[in-house]
Amino acid sequence: MKLKTLLATGLLAAVMASPAVAQQISIKAGVLNDRSGLYADLSGEGSVIAARMAVEDFKAADKGIKVEIVSADHQNKPDVGSTIARQWYDQDGVDLILDVPTSSVALAVSQITKEKNKILINSGAGSSDLTGKACTPNTIHWTYDTYALAQGTGGAMVKAGGDTWFFMTADYAFGQALERDATAVITKAGGKVVGSVKTPFPGTDFSSFLLQAQASKAKVIGLANAGGDTVNSIKQAGEFGITQGGQKLAGLLTFISDVHALGLQAAQGLVLTEAFYWDKDDQTRAWSQRFAKANGGKMPTMVQAGVYAGMLHYLKAVEAAKTKDTAAVVAKMKATPTDDALFGKGSIEANGRTIHDMYLYEVKKPSESKGPWDYYKLVSTIPGKDAFQPVAESGCNLPK
Amino acid sequence: MFELLGVPPQALFGQVLLGLINGSFYAILSLGLAVIFGLLNIINFTHGAQYMMGAFVAWMALNYLGLNYWAALIVAPIVVGAVGIAIERLLLRRIAHLDHLYGLLLTFGLALIIQGLFRNQYGSSGLPYAIPPQLSGGQNLGFMFLPNYRAWVIVASLVVCLGTWFLIEKTKLGSYLRAATENPTLTQAFGINVPLLVTLTYGFGVALAAFAGVLAAPIYSVNPNMGGDLIIVVFAVVVIGGMGSIMGAIVTGFALGLVEGLTKVFYPEGAATVIFVIMVLVLLVKPAGLFGRQA
Amino acid sequence: MTDLATTEAPAGSIALADTDDSTARLHRNLFIALAALLVVAPFVAYPVFVMKVLCFALFAIAFNLLLGYGGLLSFGHAAYFGMASYVSAYTAKQWGLTPELAILLGTAVAALLGTVFGALAIRRQGIYFAMITLALAQMVYFFSLQTPRFTGGEDGIQAVPRGKFLGLFSLADDRALYWLVAAIFLCGVLMIYRIIHSPFGQVCKAIRDNEPRAISLGYRANRYKLMVFVLSATFAGLAGATKAIVFQLASLTDVYWTMSGEVVLMTLVGGLGTVFGPIVGAAVIVAMQNYLASLGSWVLVVQGVIFVACVLLFREGIVGVIAKWIRKPL
Repeated sequence: MKLKTLLATGLLAAVMASPAVAQQISIKAGVLNDRSGLYADLSGEGSVIAARMAVEDFKAADKGIKVEIVSADHQNKPDVGSTIARQWYDQDGVDLILDVPTSSVALAVSQITKEKNKILINSGAGSSDLTGKACTPNTIHWTYDTYALAQGTGGAMVKAGGDTWFFMTADYAFGQALERDATAVITKAGGKVVGSVKTPFPGTDFSSFLLQAQASKAKVIGLANAGGDTVNSIKQAGEFGITQGGQKLAGLLTFISDVHALGLQAAQGLVLTEAFYWDKDDQTRAWSQRFAKANGGKMPTMVQAGVYAGMLHYLKAVEAAKTKDTAAVVAKMKATPTDDALFGKGSIEANGRTIHDMYLYEVKKPSESKGPWDYYKLVSTIPGKDAFQPVAESGCNLPK
Repeated sequence: MFELLGVPPQALFGQVLLGLINGSFYAILSLGLAVIFGLLNIINFTHGAQYMMGAFVAWMALNYLGLNYWAALIVAPIVVGAVGIAIERLLLRRIAHLDHLYGLLLTFGLALIIQGLFRNQYGSSGLPYAIPPQLSGGQNLGFMFLPNYRAWVIVASLVVCLGTWFLIEKTKLGSYLRAATENPTLTQAFGINVPLLVTLTYGFGVALAAFAGVLAAPIYSVNPNMGGDLIIVVFAVVVIGGMGSIMGAIVTGFALGLVEGLTKVFYPEGAATVIFVIMVLVLLVKPAGLFGRQA
Repeated sequence: MTDLATTEAPAGSIALADTDDSTARLHRNLFIALAALLVVAPFVAYPVFVMKVLCFALFAIAFNLLLGYGGLLSFGHAAYFGMASYVSAYTAKQWGLTPELAILLGTAVAALLGTVFGALAIRRQGIYFAMITLALAQMVYFFSLQTPRFTGGEDGIQAVPRGKFLGLFSLADDRALYWLVAAIFLCGVLMIYRIIHSPFGQVCKAIRDNEPRAISLGYRANRYKLMVFVLSATFAGLAGATKAIVFQLASLTDVYWTMSGEVVLMTLVGGLGTVFGPIVGAAVIVAMQNYLASLGSWVLVVQGVIFVACVLLFREGIVGVIAKWIRKPL
């Protein structure tokens, strides 16, 4: 009975679809991210939902493109991530991998993707090396990177008068990259970095470092850390009356999921850069409401939004190229301007960097918020061309 | 920038105080671990997860039952302690006669299960928990701004630690406990219900962890991983103090918090490792730890 | 405190095995079966996955040499595994060494590290021994974190070339590399098997079972302990160095304490103090990590349940239980 209906619908679908296209292209997309650890909330299952929504919105089935989505947990370990990526490419016939937060895993997967000549659309990782000195012709980097975050938070803060900085930097390569990029931006904009402290990663108690930051009298305390470190340092900054003392906190890599974890009481006044905020305009609101319904009421993060946009753009390129051949699709992706409901209009550079606007937000006071997830007010918009590193400076030497 | 001589004494004083406050978490946690190890001979790897549960129960009490921080301070240890008692009765008891290693593995497995379940339910980025209004704000001590909450943490942990020490070293119940630690068979022969004592001790040790969890909730991120890495450090504290030594755990807890605090000033990158360096040195010089008796 | 292998695992009875012809024959047949399995495996399963299993199996066997036959529980074996993988990755990438030289160099560094750490650690026993090894391993982790020039920080050393074996045969193809890894694995297993059943191994077991007695018989217990420690660290290093070439990657995960915990787990699941147990244990754990990867956060729960079940129900481990059934040490 069940089999019969299944067969019938299948036949029906085939009959309906066949006149529209000459041939069927079937694609297998793998969403590889953290599903159990620190970054599970900002990527995780939400990214899979976002990828599925992209397939729905593109109406892939009607256009003769069959898409299957698989997912796995890389546990933030490069060796686990690279095993899965190899297996997906070699054995399971996966055509592209999406998301991949955690820079170390992303860099490993990017190398494998090049070796196997497939496509990686990265949304979750922040390392600007992905489109810099470690760039490959097969990697597209969506959403954000350390350079853009530094441009947004560093540059805009200096312009707003926050011209002396103290950094609390998580003691690992990613934290140091954030600090390095932000320092360059701040000095260029006429600001000054008066001090910094390297905090063991991951850390729990930041009060000692906050005291050092307080003593530095810097106007802005830059948090070059992520995840639990950021949450802990902001929570304790509130406790030590840092913001009441007139110093501003600037999160260099803070996601809406972190703000949600902190609550507005603790996070208010924090300044941060994001590529996407659900409440930005009607289009993002409509999409995000749909997303939240599928994701247990949780609003999307910019990483999840980036997976959606990247998947959508990929599908458009496949449709236009009429093939899933890697070189052809990547060429199409880079040649076609990006345009979607979430990131607006943009483009993909020769090195694989996606260019779109970034936004500097300030976290609302509890009294300003109208309800759950109403967290940000816009401070300024950073045009894409200013936010991201120009190809010439990126250190990527891919031919145009 | 912060050279040894470049640190003004006042700033150093502030750091010493902060170190002691962090030490108070180590003290309560290592105390629980030491009590459990003393009587059960089990290295309770679930301790970190139980600490995390304490913080989560505080959050649940607030959000589901409307119980405030002060109520949570009592409710959470009881609830988590009860879970601990169930664990002891159902699982740990079965392996009591075996080597430490199995106890360690069993509790490690339990920690994974608890962490996994909480992660499924509440996600990994954490939950907000505010400082109780009575304790918000702080005092300007001249050399530093001391949040009221931190002052409360150090007082509360001192009271709990000394209370526990008194209970174990100076009361009749404590003397049973120490007797059972020395020689359970003989103690049993004197008509003391040793299995019950073991169960209650485990429950008590776990309750201490939960208490520390509630204390931590307003200032540290409340997330399922909060106890994961801590357990290794706390374990090191217990070893340095001397396995099973109550006073050793308390004193070492505070002292190592202090050392760690000072490291954060002079060599911040090394703050997470300094405890292990100390552990190697102590074990090579004093094999049974600072306060332990050589077997 | 160190008598865990004797009271629980069937290891104690292995001493009898060496005189027992039928057991020797059984082991020989099992090794032949293992070799046959190695030949067939890459055609049935995904080669990279099999290589991962082999690397971890070798690591677990090395660990088991120390715990199962030396009675010493090290909680810091990640140090040798990880350091060797860094050295092998670094020399292959930066110095352009051929893979076999890179692996040898990595192994040598692990042996050296094992000698230094072993000399410090064997002065203490039981839980204190475990804690010293853990602490020393944490220092290695700290060193790795603080020297990004060498280790690449948390990004690790990426894109390590697989290179050409002896400068002649390219290992870029998974199958080609597989034969090298299988050969290394088999050599490692056979060497450890030889060590366990040599007079040296017998003395180690004697020391494990009753140290004062062994000393009174005139054996210098500490020398034997150090030797078995160094051997264990060396083979752990061999496993780590090979892994770096297989995955073209060396990262902080390999030196973190959770890696030390994982190898304990593999050994126990497979069967402590058995020859074949760690291999089975490694295969089970790696397969779990691989195939449960899509379960997300349930992986932790499943892993935890397996731990608990292992301790409560299968304390001897999978191979230990089988050995009990057939009444022969495996």
